[in-house]
Amino acid sequence: MIQKVVIIGNGIAGVTAARHIRKNSDDEILIISAETEFFFSRTALMYVYMGHMRFEDIKPYEDWFWKKNRIDLMFDYVQSIDFEQKQLDLKKGQSVSYDKLILAVGSKPNKFGWPGQDLKGVQGLYTYQDLEEVEENSKNARNAVIVGGGLIGVELAEMFISRGIAVTFLVREGRFWGNVLPKEEGELITRHIREHHVDLRLNTELDEIIDDGNGQVKEIRTKDGEVIPCQIVGLTAGVSPNVEFLRGSNLKVDRGIVVNAYMETNMPDVYAIGDCAQFDNPVDGRRPVEQVWYTGRIMGETVAQNIAGNRKAYEPGPWFNSAKFFDIEYQTYGWVFAQLQENETDFYWEHENGKIALHVVWDQTTKEFKGVNVFGIRLRHELFDNWLKNRASIEEILANLKTANFDPEFYTHYEEAILNQFNEKSGLNISFKKRSWWRNLLTKQVG
Amino acid sequence: MEKPFNKTSRMKQLKTIRYTGMGIFLLGLLIFTITPFLGEIQVTDEIINANLSENEYANLKEPLAEISKQTYNTGAGFGSDFKRVFNEVNERLKANEEWGKVMWTPSSDTALKLVMSANKGVVASNQLLFFLLTFGLCILGSLVYILTDLKIKGPPGIKNDGIYHDSATNRGWVGMLAFGWLFFFYIILYFYPYIIADTITLTQPIKSWFVEDEVPSKWFLYGLMYTVTMLVMGVRMIIKYRHNKYQIVRTITVVLFQLIFAFLLVEILPTFGLPGKDLKNAWPLDYQFLFDWNVQDLLANGQFGKFVFVWGISLSVIVVPVMVYFYGKRWYCSWVCGCGGLAETLGDPYRQLSSKKMWSWKLERWMIHLVLVFAVLMTVFVGYHTWNVFQNPEMENKEILFGFSAYDIRNYYSFLIGSVFAGVIGTGFYPILGNRAWCRFGCPLAAYMGIVQRFKSRFRITTNGGQCISCGNCSTYCEQGIDVRAYAQKGQNIVRASCVGCGVCSAVCPRGVLKLENGPEDGRFGNEGPIVLGNQGFELKDN
Repeated sequence: MIQKVVIIGNGIAGVTAARHIRKNSDDEILIISAETEFFFSRTALMYVYMGHMRFEDIKPYEDWFWKKNRIDLMFDYVQSIDFEQKQLDLKKGQSVSYDKLILAVGSKPNKFGWPGQDLKGVQGLYTYQDLEEVEENSKNARNAVIVGGGLIGVELAEMFISRGIAVTFLVREGRFWGNVLPKEEGELITRHIREHHVDLRLNTELDEIIDDGNGQVKEIRTKDGEVIPCQIVGLTAGVSPNVEFLRGSNLKVDRGIVVNAYMETNMPDVYAIGDCAQFDNPVDGRRPVEQVWYTGRIMGETVAQNIAGNRKAYEPGPWFNSAKFFDIEYQTYGWVFAQLQENETDFYWEHENGKIALHVVWDQTTKEFKGVNVFGIRLRHELFDNWLKNRASIEEILANLKTANFDPEFYTHYEEAILNQFNEKSGLNISFKKRSWWRNLLTKQVG
Repeated sequence: MEKPFNKTSRMKQLKTIRYTGMGIFLLGLLIFTITPFLGEIQVTDEIINANLSENEYANLKEPLAEISKQTYNTGAGFGSDFKRVFNEVNERLKANEEWGKVMWTPSSDTALKLVMSANKGVVASNQLLFFLLTFGLCILGSLVYILTDLKIKGPPGIKNDGIYHDSATNRGWVGMLAFGWLFFFYIILYFYPYIIADTITLTQPIKSWFVEDEVPSKWFLYGLMYTVTMLVMGVRMIIKYRHNKYQIVRTITVVLFQLIFAFLLVEILPTFGLPGKDLKNAWPLDYQFLFDWNVQDLLANGQFGKFVFVWGISLSVIVVPVMVYFYGKRWYCSWVCGCGGLAETLGDPYRQLSSKKMWSWKLERWMIHLVLVFAVLMTVFVGYHTWNVFQNPEMENKEILFGFSAYDIRNYYSFLIGSVFAGVIGTGFYPILGNRAWCRFGCPLAAYMGIVQRFKSRFRITTNGGQCISCGNCSTYCEQGIDVRAYAQKGQNIVRASCVGCGVCSAVCPRGVLKLENGPEDGRFGNEGPIVLGNQGFELKDN
């Protein structure tokens, strides 16, 4: 039976769902977006602003791809949804009916009710329209203030610096990304951000954004009463599900659209995926609302299986993530929390240049490896995925650290230094497993 | 409030130094460009007699009488008059079927020879001064410009800011000027070399290091420019990627291969009476390998010549495929090759301009393999002819096979592929088509190695599980126009015939997703299932 699947939102979650539904069925597929005509990589908006790429370069598929794969695209805004009649009311007039509906409507930058938060020159960085806006706002800007020390904040800082706009970066916590990164890593990144001439203010909160009398931002005031003149304010204190237009309907909405592990909402034939979904029972110790590129992708894969009739639960597996802070790459596998959890212990190694670091956490009693943060070193996802799934011990991880390295050829290796210091500190005597790494990789029998 | 670095007075100083460097470079380039207009050329009867063969002299002595009285200020002026006379005479001879008298040496080459010995202009009389004013200023200026990158662009790391805002690198007007300059330079170099006789002359002081007073050829000028450009732009490449050891090692290697094998040895070997061959130039890129004159030259040169001949064959038949099996074609294309070396140094600022569209990949596969077929066929004809030259010296029409002349075929190949494609399009079009247009669409050796790399090699670019965020940096900065992201976002490894292993996709990736590796052929393609790592809900295909 051919059904009509309508997807609202053409981000990574919605587009992945469409692609995988197409792989698995002949269903009619329609993606509606009010943001852009074609899918683009949201994470790459900064590179367009900085001139690394053109907008067309951040579209992962060429424009003919959609027609070839019989995925219809509609550039319109969904105003409301009639879940009983299974109909969508669109801004340009017509209405669209569906058999199955996937809500992949993404999120919005948080605004915490600051005075002046809607002035001209105040913005987040999430949508294509935000990119146009930041381009416009940058034209006559000399100073920018960024509020909120997370990943988008540091991206915006890098963007402004690339255009010679002075950046003051207000971070509420005592270190950068303090609710995620442990102290050492937070300090490492703080130093690096400052090395790039960003005026990073820790323990500093925004109090008010001040108007120049024409609805344009002129300056901000911190809670300590300091006034900082600026023409742009970047609000980057996280994002929340973009679900305002759904409130008041029969759809169950909490912070996000509430779904079960099969991405099903409380309404029949309606699913929600990506940034806007909130799990009623979070999986694998993850957060109920996951706003990461790959979780959007996996939710899209999952919902596609369910719509195609293969009942599958969302199983994202061991946590991982990555980012880049100016010149320093960061990867993480498993959980390294800002504070050690009960019965956890850790080891932190940092290169003398202060830009390369590794932080491992394990269980004190069972020696089970819990997670790793690395800066300036690349690690193999596949190996850590296996280790985390098989509850490998910290000894196993360290003994195979050379195998796990994913840096380009000829790079300096730090595994010896790391292991020596680890043995010294922990009193253990771990030595490297002989590096028959290709056999390891092939058979997936690590260690 | 802290000023951003771009606005500090230190930055202003640095930028002043930078633009001074650019000014010095442009001045050198300007002088270089006007040298062809500074000639004082009087081709006397004496000079004509000394430079032309007996037959040519007999044919041209009288018709050239007018011209030899005149003084020309440009090689172009003399050359066009000379060619007119030359062609008139030649056509008359052909019309009268006086085949014994017809002149076969191309008129441009003869014109160049005459201008070179007749020139008394300011450049010819002050060769060292003009060498310093052109090469010297260009080298000095570019190095000053490049070295400021160390401070201006901040701490080591990927510095691609503004590439698409800069008219030099986004096909804007500066890029078009660069294209125009390169395009005309190549046209003149290949087809009207007598125009730049003065420019060739100014390399005399360097040529004299190798052989006292030997007149430099146009290829000496070109080789010197090529090598110097690679050295200077190699410094730029190393500074740009100073955080990346793969790029540093690779750049030093490819520049040294150019300097030692393509330049120094080619100049030095003949001073020992040995053939001046570029020992790393492998057939079919070296399409002249089996030309009769090349084989004769090698086999007439004692043990060393024979060694070079055998080496040339084993390079193409054994070394190339074996090395591609173990390391991928990168060992040649981005570590050894001269064309690749120029692309990786001078061409690096243009790498983003290669087309990533599906149609360009289709076009690439047709074109490069057709060139390979052409090269092989041409070599069969030429080889047949050369064989006859050695084995059947008495034979008539040694060059004719299946009714086609090996001379015609090799001339077509030399013109279309050797000059127009490899030179004019390959390098001249850097600012439009990106830096690897020749390597991607035209090089027959790349096609040959590509087939090995695709089907029988240990090389691949490994994708790191599910870390890809589809940003597109890898695809954008792939000089070969491979849509790297299309593989990475599916968790597949990149196994492509055209990949030259420059490693820049891996360098620009913000998430540590890509790594160039040599490993067992099993599992080389990585994840072949539909689902990327980081999703336990689905079985990955065993691999």
